[in-house]
Amino acid sequence: MLQMSKSAKLGLLGLVLFVLIFMYTPLFVVIANSFNSARLSAWPIEQLTLDWWIFAATYEPIRMALLNSFIVASIAMVFAAILGTLVAFALSRYDFFGKSTVNLLVVLPIALPGVVTGVAFSNTYSNFLSPIGIDVGYFGLIVSHATFCIVMVFNNVFARLKRMNPSMQEASMDLGAGLWETFRLVTFPQFRSSFIAGALLAFALSFDEVYVTIFTAPPGVDTLPLWILKEMARPNQASVVNVVATVVILLSLIPVYISQRLAREDDAR
Amino acid sequence: MTERSPHRDDDTQSADNPSATATVAEAEPRSTEPVTGLHEHSRPLSTYLFQRTRVRLISLLALPMTWLVGIYIVSLVLLLVTAFWVVNPFTSRVTPGFTLDNFVSIFTVPAYLSTSLRTLGMALAVTALSILFAVPLGIYMAKLASPMMRNLLAVAITLPLWAGYLVKILAMRLVFTENGFINWALGPLGVESPGFNVWIAIVTLTYLWFPYMALPVFTAIRQIPNSLFDASADMGARSFGTIFRVVIPLIVPAIIAGSVFTFSLSLGDYLAARFTGGATQMIGSIIASNINLNPPVAAAFSMVPIAFVVMYLMVARRTGSLERM
Repeated sequence: MLQMSKSAKLGLLGLVLFVLIFMYTPLFVVIANSFNSARLSAWPIEQLTLDWWIFAATYEPIRMALLNSFIVASIAMVFAAILGTLVAFALSRYDFFGKSTVNLLVVLPIALPGVVTGVAFSNTYSNFLSPIGIDVGYFGLIVSHATFCIVMVFNNVFARLKRMNPSMQEASMDLGAGLWETFRLVTFPQFRSSFIAGALLAFALSFDEVYVTIFTAPPGVDTLPLWILKEMARPNQASVVNVVATVVILLSLIPVYISQRLAREDDAR
Repeated sequence: MTERSPHRDDDTQSADNPSATATVAEAEPRSTEPVTGLHEHSRPLSTYLFQRTRVRLISLLALPMTWLVGIYIVSLVLLLVTAFWVVNPFTSRVTPGFTLDNFVSIFTVPAYLSTSLRTLGMALAVTALSILFAVPLGIYMAKLASPMMRNLLAVAITLPLWAGYLVKILAMRLVFTENGFINWALGPLGVESPGFNVWIAIVTLTYLWFPYMALPVFTAIRQIPNSLFDASADMGARSFGTIFRVVIPLIVPAIIAGSVFTFSLSLGDYLAARFTGGATQMIGSIIASNINLNPPVAAAFSMVPIAFVVMYLMVARRTGSLERM
């Protein structure tokens, strides 16, 4: 074990506590402010109320934004799941010229700043496709989201495929199963949990993406982050934005919970 | 069972029932036909693909490469092309042309140049701060905390990762604003929130991207075998010697992998600066404010973060850190 003096250990513990306080205080302030009866968020909270929650629950723009976020993230997730898995198979099973380039290509959309990815797509849509009469609209938003989500599925599936024993599939094919049958009955069950985890992360990533959405969302379409952004930009920002933010914080528990469970299943395997 | 039964091909359900299969295999006379021949009849596509690695590889890569190259890389190239175009001053439309003015302005307009350098400095500062906190945190979590505490902390640093980008910016606003949390909590001690400026923007960016550094660093430290610490102690190194000479060299690839995120994400940011940075401008602010008025200038400016990130990735690739991302 790493030997450390008592004071050094205490120092480290203090730092850990500082990081935790630094990470969680702001989130706590947002959650608490969603119950703040004041119109403008402030601290300390003078009076508690559920009014903003009730207002948010029935407010049409929030519902529409939530629906849009859900649609975009779901479809982008499906595209990313298919494309990411295909690349993961190619890179984990074969050695070929340009392998590292393909790897870089998958990582690039997430490695480059979102503003660049967003501007690149927006430029293609409005300065190249629009003039020749192609209006990508909503689909353009989904395509751009799917592009940076591929890496999430790829990473998860690739890591698992690397650890998988290929002899199981060889055995399956020796026993007469075809490629599809082997994939469905032998290969897929072995990487299913990482596939689901990757798809889920892709969904969460798309759900939260602001930059690419700002530049590629068609006029009049708001996702949840876009709605929050517009609300934040207003000078007399109402506390209702804290309600939506609190919901987003609570929703973030889902991917964390599921990925933890999947990781535990893996350990038990 | 040493040989394959021809029936297995059409009757996969029997695979679930070993005794049934065994009976069939015994009852059946040994096939004189080569097994592969039979497979070719029943599964022409599978057999074809099985024998042709190249075809399989191409069919795996066709769709993703069409997407990534055909849509994404083409878009990036078109962005580069647009950077050389001009805006017609009368119709304010983007027109094909060839001018280097957009690029020249990056280096000659003082406000543009200082914004680029400021953004680079901020991204490096965020990366440095993240490393500074992630390494001790990782050491504590991976090697000093009890197993239960370790899992708890791992969840605790993962959770904010998904808490929402804008939510976190909103949260920082509520903490540092005039009637915010800091002034309430630390005001009695004489500490006052400095208001929104470049430093608070850096703090906000660190808050946003810290988990991207903390997680890979934690994972890397966890993978260091404890025997290395014993060996280091046996050779007379004290705890800090061990950390600097054993732990840190081993986690450099993880730090670089994490820094790709902290650096690149900070470099492209402008909303954190807009809401918590006061008048602080970043490269993203210039891109965003030009995208509708003057797309070629926005396109030229997009090349700045691309250039920084590509340079960074080149360095990262040399160290083999990209596989960890």
